[in-house]
Amino acid sequence: MAKNGVGARKTKYDGYGHVTGKTIYASDVKKAGALICKVLRCPYDKARILSIDTSEAKKMPGVFDVITKDDVPYNRFAMVPDNHVLAEEITRFRGQPVAAVAAATKEQALDALAKIKVEYEELPAVFDPEEAMKPDAPQVRPEGNIHMYQVGDELKDTRIIRRGDIEKGFAEADYIVEGRYKIPCIEHAPIETCASLAYMDETGTLVIHSKTQGVYFVMGDMANVWQLPMNKMKFVGNTLGGSFGSGNSVMTDHIAGLLALRTGKPVSFQLTRKEEMMASTISTPWIFEIKDGVRKDGKITARYIHVLHDCGAFTELGEYASEKNANLVAGANYIENLAVDSQMVYTNKPASGSKRGFGVNVGQFAEQVQLNKDAEACGISPMEIRFINAFHEGDHTHAGDVLRAVSTVETLQGVAKMADEKLDDKYLEMSSREVAK
Amino acid sequence: MKVKVCFNLNGVPTEILVNPEMTLLEALRDIIGLTSPKCGCNHGDCGSCTVMLDGKAVKSCTVLAATVSGKCVVTLDGITPATGLTPIQQAFLEEGAPQCGYCTPGMVMAATAFLEKNPNPTMAEIKEGLSGNLCRCGGYDKYAKAVKDVADGKYGPVSERSE
Ligand code: FES
Ligand code: FES
Repeated sequence: MAKNGVGARKTKYDGYGHVTGKTIYASDVKKAGALICKVLRCPYDKARILSIDTSEAKKMPGVFDVITKDDVPYNRFAMVPDNHVLAEEITRFRGQPVAAVAAATKEQALDALAKIKVEYEELPAVFDPEEAMKPDAPQVRPEGNIHMYQVGDELKDTRIIRRGDIEKGFAEADYIVEGRYKIPCIEHAPIETCASLAYMDETGTLVIHSKTQGVYFVMGDMANVWQLPMNKMKFVGNTLGGSFGSGNSVMTDHIAGLLALRTGKPVSFQLTRKEEMMASTISTPWIFEIKDGVRKDGKITARYIHVLHDCGAFTELGEYASEKNANLVAGANYIENLAVDSQMVYTNKPASGSKRGFGVNVGQFAEQVQLNKDAEACGISPMEIRFINAFHEGDHTHAGDVLRAVSTVETLQGVAKMADEKLDDKYLEMSSREVAK
Repeated sequence: MKVKVCFNLNGVPTEILVNPEMTLLEALRDIIGLTSPKCGCNHGDCGSCTVMLDGKAVKSCTVLAATVSGKCVVTLDGITPATGLTPIQQAFLEEGAPQCGYCTPGMVMAATAFLEKNPNPTMAEIKEGLSGNLCRCGGYDKYAKAVKDVADGKYGPVSERSE
C-alpha cells in the first residue's frame, strides 16, 4: 500500500477537535444577548388557516418579534421556489411553520407561542403516492398532485427516456422478468439538529452561522426571501454534526435571518429533535416497476421502468432527484431497447430533501435486485449477468451521452475479488475498453 | 425563582444560579458556555450530552442542574490533557472513529467511565457499555475497537481521571 496518497491511512484533519470537543458546530456558536427563536407549527396534515391573531403574543414579556407570512419580504424559497417560509392560507403537512417568535429566553418564546391564536379548518389529506395520483384524491396543491416537468416550451406529466424499439426487444427475449420495489420515507436524523445563529455585524451585513451543506446554494435563495442583495449577507458554514443531505434544505436560516434583520439583535434558532423528525425534509418514497426482457444467455434485450416519486408537500429537491434518478435508474448496463417513464406526485408529508445520492442510490437498489432476478430466470450467476450487460467504452448512457473512461468491468472484477467470488476466465479477460457490442 | 448551585466543575469550584427546571446540560452550555457536551435529543436517548457526575457517566439532559450541588461534574474539557490526548482520545483519533464528531465528546466520556469500571472488558461488554450513545455516522465498530485496543494496553496505561 502506498505510503502517501491513495491507500495511505491518514489521521482525519479535524479529528483532534472532535476527540477533544473543541470543534465548533453551528449549534455551538454563541452571541451575547442572542434572542431565542421558536416556531409555531401546524398541527394538521392539511388545513385552511382562517385567521391568525398574534396581538397577545406580541405583548408577552421578553418578546421582541412575532412574525407570520405577511412579514416575510418574499415568502417562497427552495431550489424550485414553491416552499413557503411561513404558511399561507392552505397548509400542506403536519409541522409546517406558521408563525415565529423571537424572545429573550426560550421559556418566554414558548410562552408567547402559546398565545398565538390560529383558527384552522382541517382538510382531507393524502399520504399514499399511488392514491394521490387518482383524479379524485384530495389536492395537495392548487396546481394538482401530479408534477409537471418543463420539457422545452411544454409541460409534461412524465419525464421519458426512449432508446431503440422496446417491442422488438421484448419479442427477442426468452424470459420476461417483472419486479416492483418500494422505498419508504427515511428521515436523515443527523445527531446535531438544524441550527442557525444570525446577527447584524458592525458593517450592517447579516451574518448567518448555518448548518447548511451548501452555503452558495442558500445565499441566492435567501436573497429572495429577505429581498437583500448578496453583498449584504455573509454565510459561515460550520462543521456539520451529520447531515446526509438534509443540509441542502433550508430549515432555520430563513426565519433566523429575517428575525435578526427585523430586531437588529442576534437570533439563535435550533430545531428540537421532535421538530427535526416531524418537519425537516426527508427522503420521501419511491416506487419502481421494472419489466425486463432477457435472452437465455443473460443479455437484456428490453427494459421498461416506471418510476413514481412521492415528493411530499413541496417540490424542494424532489424534481432534481426525480430527473437524476430517471437518467440513471436503468443502471450501468448497455440496454439497446429501453423506456423509462418517471413521474412525481405531491402528498401531505414533509418535502423531499436530498439524501445520499439525489435519487440515484434508491434507484440502484431496485435495479440491482432486479438484475439478480434476471440472472435467476436464465440460470446464471448474479456476477455473470452484470458482466454480460456491462457498459463499455464509448457506449451511450440511457440519456444519450457518450461514456468515456468506463470501468464497469474492472469494478466488477475488483468486487468479485474482494468477495472471493470465482470468475470464469472469459470474465477475468474482459475489459471495459473493448467494445463488445 | 432561581436556585443557587455550588458544585465542582472540572476541578474548579463553581457557583451558578439556575431555574429549577433547568437541566445540567443547559446549565453547562447556556450558563457556563461550555460546548463539549452536545445536545442531540434533549431526551436521554442519544448520549451526546454525556458527562461524569461523581465518576459515573450520566446523560446531562436528564439531570436537573439544581441537583448537582456538592457534586463533581467532569466534562470532556476536564479530561483533555494540556498537551496530547488521553489513550481513549488517541485511539478514537487513530482508529478514525469520529466522522462528523458530534457524538464524540459523549463517546469519550462514556468510554472513559466504562473503562474505569471495567478495565478488562470483552467486545460484547464494550458494545453494551457504549449502547447508550448513538452515532448517526455509523462509527460504532471503530469506537468499540478503539476501546478494546485501549483496554488491551495498545495506547499505554489508562491515566486517572482528573477531579
Ligand atoms: S441530548 Fe442528552 S441524551 Fe441526547
Ligand atoms: S461521528 Fe457523526 S454521529 Fe458519530
